[in-house]
Amino acid sequence: MEQLKTIGRELAMGSQGGFGQSKEFLDLVKSIGEARSKAEEDRIVLSEIDILKRKLLEPDIPKRKMKEYIIRLVYIEMLGHDASFGYIHAVKMTHDDNLLLKRTGYLAVTLFLNEDHDLIILIVNTIQKDLRSDNYLVVCAALNAICRLINEETIPAVLPQVVDLLNHQKEAVRKKAIMALHRFHRKSPSSVSHLISNFRKRLCDNDPGVMGATLCPLFDLITEDVSSYKDLVSSFVSILKQVTERRLPKSYDYHQMPAPFIQIKLLKILALLGCGDKSASEIMSMVLGDLFRKCDSSTNIGNAILYECIRCISCIIPSPKLLEAAADAISKFLKSDSHNLKYMGIDGLGRLIKISPDIAEQHQLAVIDCLEDPDDTLKRKTFELLYKMTKSSNVEVIVDRMTDYMISINDNHYKTEIASRCVELAEQFAPSNQWFIQVIMNKVFEHAGDLVNIKVAHNLMRLIAEGFGEDDDDADSKLRLSAVESHLQIMSEPKLPSLFLQVISWVLGEYGTADGKYSASYISGKLCDVADAYSSDETVKGYAVSALMKIYAFEIASGRKVDVLPECQSLIEELLASHSTDLQQRAYELQALLALDARAVESILPLDASCEDIEVDKDLSFLNGYIQQAIESGAQPYISERERSCMLETTDYHSQDHHEVPSHALRFEAYERPKPSSLPTQASTELVPVPEPSYYSEAHQPISTSSVSERESSEIKLRLDGVKQKWGRPSYQSSTSASSTPPQAANGTSSHPDVGVGSSSLKPRSSYESKKPEIDPEKQRLAASLFGGSSTSRSDRKSSSGGHKPAKGTASKPPKENPIPVQPPPDLLDFGEPTATSVTATDPFKELEGLMDSSSQDGGSTDVMGVLYSDAAPVTTTTSVDSLLSELSDSSKGNPGTYQSQTSKGPNSKEALEKDALVRQMGVNPTSQNPTLFKDLLG
Amino acid sequence: MKVTTRGSFPISYESLRVKQKVRGGVHHQGPNEIGVLGVSGIVKMIKAVMMMNTQGKPRLAKFYDFLVRCLPVEKQQELIRGVFSVLSSRPENVSNFLEIDSLFGPDSRLVYKHYATLYFVLVFDGSENELAMLDLIQVLVETLDKCFSNVCELDIVFNYSKMHTVLDEIVFGGQVLETRSDEIMKAVEEISKLEAASNSISLVPKSVSGWRGGR
Repeated sequence: MEQLKTIGRELAMGSQGGFGQSKEFLDLVKSIGEARSKAEEDRIVLSEIDILKRKLLEPDIPKRKMKEYIIRLVYIEMLGHDASFGYIHAVKMTHDDNLLLKRTGYLAVTLFLNEDHDLIILIVNTIQKDLRSDNYLVVCAALNAICRLINEETIPAVLPQVVDLLNHQKEAVRKKAIMALHRFHRKSPSSVSHLISNFRKRLCDNDPGVMGATLCPLFDLITEDVSSYKDLVSSFVSILKQVTERRLPKSYDYHQMPAPFIQIKLLKILALLGCGDKSASEIMSMVLGDLFRKCDSSTNIGNAILYECIRCISCIIPSPKLLEAAADAISKFLKSDSHNLKYMGIDGLGRLIKISPDIAEQHQLAVIDCLEDPDDTLKRKTFELLYKMTKSSNVEVIVDRMTDYMISINDNHYKTEIASRCVELAEQFAPSNQWFIQVIMNKVFEHAGDLVNIKVAHNLMRLIAEGFGEDDDDADSKLRLSAVESHLQIMSEPKLPSLFLQVISWVLGEYGTADGKYSASYISGKLCDVADAYSSDETVKGYAVSALMKIYAFEIASGRKVDVLPECQSLIEELLASHSTDLQQRAYELQALLALDARAVESILPLDASCEDIEVDKDLSFLNGYIQQAIESGAQPYISERERSCMLETTDYHSQDHHEVPSHALRFEAYERPKPSSLPTQASTELVPVPEPSYYSEAHQPISTSSVSERESSEIKLRLDGVKQKWGRPSYQSSTSASSTPPQAANGTSSHPDVGVGSSSLKPRSSYESKKPEIDPEKQRLAASLFGGSSTSRSDRKSSSGGHKPAKGTASKPPKENPIPVQPPPDLLDFGEPTATSVTATDPFKELEGLMDSSSQDGGSTDVMGVLYSDAAPVTTTTSVDSLLSELSDSSKGNPGTYQSQTSKGPNSKEALEKDALVRQMGVNPTSQNPTLFKDLLG
Repeated sequence: MKVTTRGSFPISYESLRVKQKVRGGVHHQGPNEIGVLGVSGIVKMIKAVMMMNTQGKPRLAKFYDFLVRCLPVEKQQELIRGVFSVLSSRPENVSNFLEIDSLFGPDSRLVYKHYATLYFVLVFDGSENELAMLDLIQVLVETLDKCFSNVCELDIVFNYSKMHTVLDEIVFGGQVLETRSDEIMKAVEEISKLEAASNSISLVPKSVSGWRGGR
């Protein structure tokens, strides 16, 4: 209220021009001050923006008026509203000759713009001019602007002048010039690397203020490279000594301390220099000892220096005497009533504890007090200290405290941090696994489960599974039982974090029925409850279903009759129709498993085998029979990668197919520069053209700035060069630009010049030859999109069916394939199809793996696919699935269940393939080959 | 006085960094950020100086951290409010320090001082000394006090450019440049004199006398 009154009085003054501000501005400030809600404030500001927009459009605005408008703009921006419409006026104002206006312009510009703003370029010229001004205040204003506005690209424009200013007669200018140079160093170290000696030189400046300013860049430089500044140790020590002995002018005193900020900066530098350096530490120990004695601990700034001394001592190799002095200072801090000093004391203790661990003993009580303190900052600092001093002897107490605190706070950011610290400590020092699981994990998971890393959950599961690691089975099963019991207890609580539920489900699935204490129907009922209560969480549901599967598997394996609970049955039915393919698959697996006999089930899900290694037949020897069959019926034999790489072009893209298709990932490594001289064959192995267009479009979409895209596009251009020179065909990219998105088109045009170069470099070759490699990638793409890489391209088989005679293959192919390059580039296909096909392709294998062991799914699957696909060359997806599954069922004694799941998958893949066909037909590829292909595919 | 907190703003530094749009609609790309931070891994600097009144209205805000400066003004405003909501929830007689990583990135500290109706706030990183920063606020306030003979909130509101002049003399590009308030005063006065000379109208009166903000 008092404030409002004063505003009123001020207004009276203001209207008389007391502040030199207009009534409008005072009104604005006043109404903002009185606004009672954010909405009201916004309304006021928006109307003010309207007014300003209008006024700024008026012609011939008097300068004084303009200055006021700009101040109003600044005010608006401070309130969080965009005032970019007026930036240009602020920029203009910096050009003014009038110092007041110029300074206002600079002020506004430094507040409005950042280094990367487009308007900066308009100011550089002004800055250059002002740096040359006779008036040192103008120079200062320009230097100030430099600090905030100059970016990497504009540094060279002002650098020479700033360097000149290092020798300016006014110390204020020298000081600021140093700071500007420091700024440049931070922005772009390389731009000023040759000027670093200047900093050393300025350290000897007559003016202590300039010397003090030099410490800032030196601190940075020393942080980066300590060793080249070791020679300065004694200089810094002597400066510090002189400062403490009050050799500086009286004006540098602050609260009776001589130049405290310089002292602090020096101590920081000494800490860096003395780190791990015995001799340097000895040089500085004298002055440090003096400081401890001289520092006035009754003032804030004196304590600041003391604290900095402690910090320095914790970095260097201190003498016992210094250590003692530091410990004394810390205990003074801790005993103080001031929270600030306590905070510093705790911080100092945390630093010193690293070099003398027993120092904390004497401060136990003080630390405990801080832990109980209502001041949150202090509490957190103390927890940090505790975290640092945790040992196996005190871990229980500390972690207990930490979890309690974690539960009590709402700040998610800090909660996450403290939760991860708890986990880290518990993992490191846990006295027993029992304690680890019961107290920590359950507690942490229950209250911050969504905040901790998923790895922690996996660690916990592994710990429960592996037990103590020794052959103490009894203890292990006790541990598991206790885990199961505690989890069953916690489960009933509402709203548990997802991660915790996953752990619970897993544990119950593995060990819920292990001891016979709980019946399968009890555990499965609980699991169904979980899946039911958290029905929106698919991961939890997945875990729950897998757990159910294990429970039933164990039941079946032990020969008991399984009664599937009605709620469980309905859950399965619900999931069979789930939108999530993962859940669907799990449900099908579960359903299939229920129909199997005991022996099969036992081999699929053996009891307590979560830690066992799973043997994977990497050679896929069980497929031998099938392959034999295929070869006999006319399929081509598989050629290993090594063999293929020996061959010439024809086979090259086989290997490329093989490389790319399993991953379907974008390739980010740059293309190698083409080697124009020799061996076209070798070069073509390196070119991997398939993923390239998609990479471009990806890379280009987010870019809109001119500067960045320039840089980016130059990179891209480089790569494109390689491609162009290799392909050497202008029509390639004209078709790209015709059919694709604008960014790509722009890219294509930007690199046109290179095409000429490229094709000219290709001249020696026959045009026929140079045309050939550009066909191949297209074909590959086609092949990849058609088959998802499952076989070498079909056309290839046709053309070179007689065997892989490379020379002949190349010669005979181009005429046949000529229609293909005319097709639009298959970018669209590349995006759309591999995913579609891969879905259909992955599923059966996942299923296969899932049947082998549900817990490890991804491990070899891609591998298997890769090998299998490149192996069974012309085999269509569906048939390969069939064969695989039949092989599998052979190995697992022919269970009907496998077939069931397989048939249910069948339509799916068929559907996807049909969709593929449709896409292909509509989109890009109306060649007559396709229909037969699909007939082939779909049987 | 009733303190109105406009709700707590669930913003975090990380979320702000994800999609930052530079003023003027220019997208800011990752590599540049790394350029700034990459010099030695950490930016050792004062990240921000703020003044706000006890109702949370910003009175002066100056950011030095490049990342923050690249944020759109609305986000900067959210930072200010975030700071205020933390400050306003602090009880009396506790320390003047805060760890504020959630708003200003890892290892961010904040020191604040409460004078009359104003909070003075400094945000910096672990390379600075908290107690010294507290004294830096003291330097600033002492200087302002000399500038305006008994500074109060309104001096700050209405003498925006002078405030910045003072601040620029003390903190330069995120580094402490000058801590002698006499020296700062001298510089500021010289500027004012020259400004006055270059302009027939004196815009900045020496002081606002007759009332004070109840310090």
